[in-house]
Amino acid sequence: MKMKLTTLALGALMAAGPVMADLVFPSLSYRTGPYAAGGIPFADGYADYFTMLNERDGGIGGEPIRLVECETGYNTEKGVECYESTKGEGALVYQPLSTGITYQLIPKATADGIPIHTMGYGRTSAANGDVFSNVFNYPANYWNGASGVVNYLLESNGGDINGKKVALVYHNSAYGKEPIRTLEELSKKHGFELKALPVDHPGQEQKSQWLQIRRDRPDYVVIWGWGVMNQVAVQEAANIRYPMENFIGVWWSGAEHDVLSAGDAANGYKAITFHNVGSDFPVFDDIKTHVVDAGKAAGAGDQVGTVLYNRGLYAAMLAAEAVKTAQDIHGVTDITPQQMRDGMEALEITEDKMAALGMPNFGPSFKVSCENHGGPGLVGVNQWDAASKTWSLISDFKPTDGEVIGALVAEDSSAYAAENKIEPNC
Amino acid sequence: MFYREAGDFKISYNQDNQTFPIRFDRYRYYAVMVFAFAVVPFIINDYWANAIMLPFLIYAIAAIGLNILTGYCGQVSLGTGGFMAVGAYACYKLMTAFPDVSMFIHVLLAGGITALVGVLFGLPSLRIKGFYLAVATLAAQFFLVWLFNRVPWFYNYSASGQINAPERDVFGIIITGPNAPAWATYLFCLVFLAFCALMARNLTRGTIGRKWMAIRDMDIAAEIIGVNPMKAKMTAFAVSSFFVGIAGALFFAVYLGAVEVGEVFNIQKSFLVLFMVIIGGLGSIFGSFAGAAFLVLLPVVLKVVGADMLGWPTDIVAHLQLVIVGALIILFLIMEPHGLAQLWRVAKEKLRLWPFPH
Repeated sequence: MKMKLTTLALGALMAAGPVMADLVFPSLSYRTGPYAAGGIPFADGYADYFTMLNERDGGIGGEPIRLVECETGYNTEKGVECYESTKGEGALVYQPLSTGITYQLIPKATADGIPIHTMGYGRTSAANGDVFSNVFNYPANYWNGASGVVNYLLESNGGDINGKKVALVYHNSAYGKEPIRTLEELSKKHGFELKALPVDHPGQEQKSQWLQIRRDRPDYVVIWGWGVMNQVAVQEAANIRYPMENFIGVWWSGAEHDVLSAGDAANGYKAITFHNVGSDFPVFDDIKTHVVDAGKAAGAGDQVGTVLYNRGLYAAMLAAEAVKTAQDIHGVTDITPQQMRDGMEALEITEDKMAALGMPNFGPSFKVSCENHGGPGLVGVNQWDAASKTWSLISDFKPTDGEVIGALVAEDSSAYAAENKIEPNC
Repeated sequence: MFYREAGDFKISYNQDNQTFPIRFDRYRYYAVMVFAFAVVPFIINDYWANAIMLPFLIYAIAAIGLNILTGYCGQVSLGTGGFMAVGAYACYKLMTAFPDVSMFIHVLLAGGITALVGVLFGLPSLRIKGFYLAVATLAAQFFLVWLFNRVPWFYNYSASGQINAPERDVFGIIITGPNAPAWATYLFCLVFLAFCALMARNLTRGTIGRKWMAIRDMDIAAEIIGVNPMKAKMTAFAVSSFFVGIAGALFFAVYLGAVEVGEVFNIQKSFLVLFMVIIGGLGSIFGSFAGAAFLVLLPVVLKVVGADMLGWPTDIVAHLQLVIVGALIILFLIMEPHGLAQLWRVAKEKLRLWPFPH
């Protein structure tokens, strides 16, 4: 019981931190634990883009950026601690890179008036801005991803996958379960047979799942994995000599570190994506001059140009553009989280804008609205070339099955609205 | 000097049997209670409630629960995480099925349901003990987590398999959900902790507690002197699971608000609570508090010192944290195998004689 006194004294110390007039971006990163392989490049890309803006332009609209990094270890309890400790500093937007933490933060951040941007993860039905006023998941979400995979299969089979067998190897968590409902709907629509195989956290043990795949010989295997699970899955697929070109990952299962360990056997593995890959963009020159060469790169600085680094960069770019939009709307440079929310809701990304930022064709062009927080949901396909050790885009960003996804989003978000008695926002 | 029994005369059995027989101890206890109930709620903010106090209070309840089973009755359990999950899911099902019932009742009922499940999984303890029982409870841990992941009824058929705590109140004050004020959630958990600690303290020094300890010290001897081992072990499992269930319900409903069973209530949680009990002190209520405070606060303090004050990279701090916590656990086990509670007891003994020890 005595402990309480000391904790309280410590609290007074901590609460007395200085409040600065910066644009504060908390980065709930994870550089430790079984998911660190994915967490590190994303956090590095996110940090490096903001560092570059600070060094090159002096921030956004003249306001310096302050990145507050907090280690979550992909753990929801630590995520809550990170959220509580950073929200008082004027955090503009949260990007936790974890579906579990996102589920925690959706009600909390909405009550505190802080926006969340869950790019390609989180709660898919948050695309309905009418219900989820403070949550954004543009430019694409899980259900777009699921539909993108099916569309790709349709395309490579001449539009008919009736009777084909598709196995889904998924992380047995909220993250991995998200696409199942959509895939079930799509399997009814297109007549393919879906078999879901859960893999428990952290995902190192997949022998039985792959044994089952070896026995059933599905035409395609789709993987919804993250962290160490991806490498193990690619290796297991190679072990049973499953044809890699029929093995397709979601965008969280398609980075360099996921396939490198399997060596040449991983050649031809595919993954969907919602942004471009490689470092062949003018923005990387600026990052090199202002960040890497200046010795200011986040982490070890060895991740520049990897798939997840680019995704972190893309997330930071979208956040920075939302800040600019918010600054234009409200006519102030030092914006509040509420103004940031308005900026995100009015965000418009065009080809010209991306070209001006040195990121031409880096992602799809889209426009966010009050009703649609999910963007257009355009999905492309990447393929791994083991010889040159590069990912390359083999299919353009194409639209997904809006009809099926729209109905599911409406159903799930209206259930959430009813459960939590949420008034329509738009 | 001030901490002594001299001049503190007991003139009735009640006075002699009270929890804190030394006057100074008693007043300190009252002061802590007044401070916790009447001062902290007025100064607590969101960060303190959600990042430090709530986990401390809730883990303390869970540690008391496990301490009853492991520390007092000697039955090693690795199923704490699973039993916490039972409490959480029971609370969720009750909250969604009966939205108008007070949260107090839901949490207590969740504890009751967990007690039943605990007794069920405690049955093997009648035949097996020690490491073998630990493995049997480990089975409970994995089975329960698997069950809550597998059967959609438990999570109301939600798409993600997560459970989310809807907004519920006690006497009109919101306790769960994002709009709950920090002081209300804190007080709600504190009331449960005070209730559990008082109950545990009085159970453990009464007949039931003595029976548990007799079983722990030597079950055959206990049986010979007339302790019914089945009754003693089953009550220990029931009471322990009741507390752990309450902790699980509060963990889900008040602290986290959304839970994914495989991530939150996995084997790590069982170990964490077991470490709290071991570091705090087996067979001590105070030890449960001390162990919970130690393992909840230490990572936060290390993070604040390392990342926020010294500005070290967050990954280095996170790795150092593992090293330091691990080293401290080993150090504690070597230097003081009876835990923080024993340190406290030794300090008290010394203080009684201070400043004139002979």
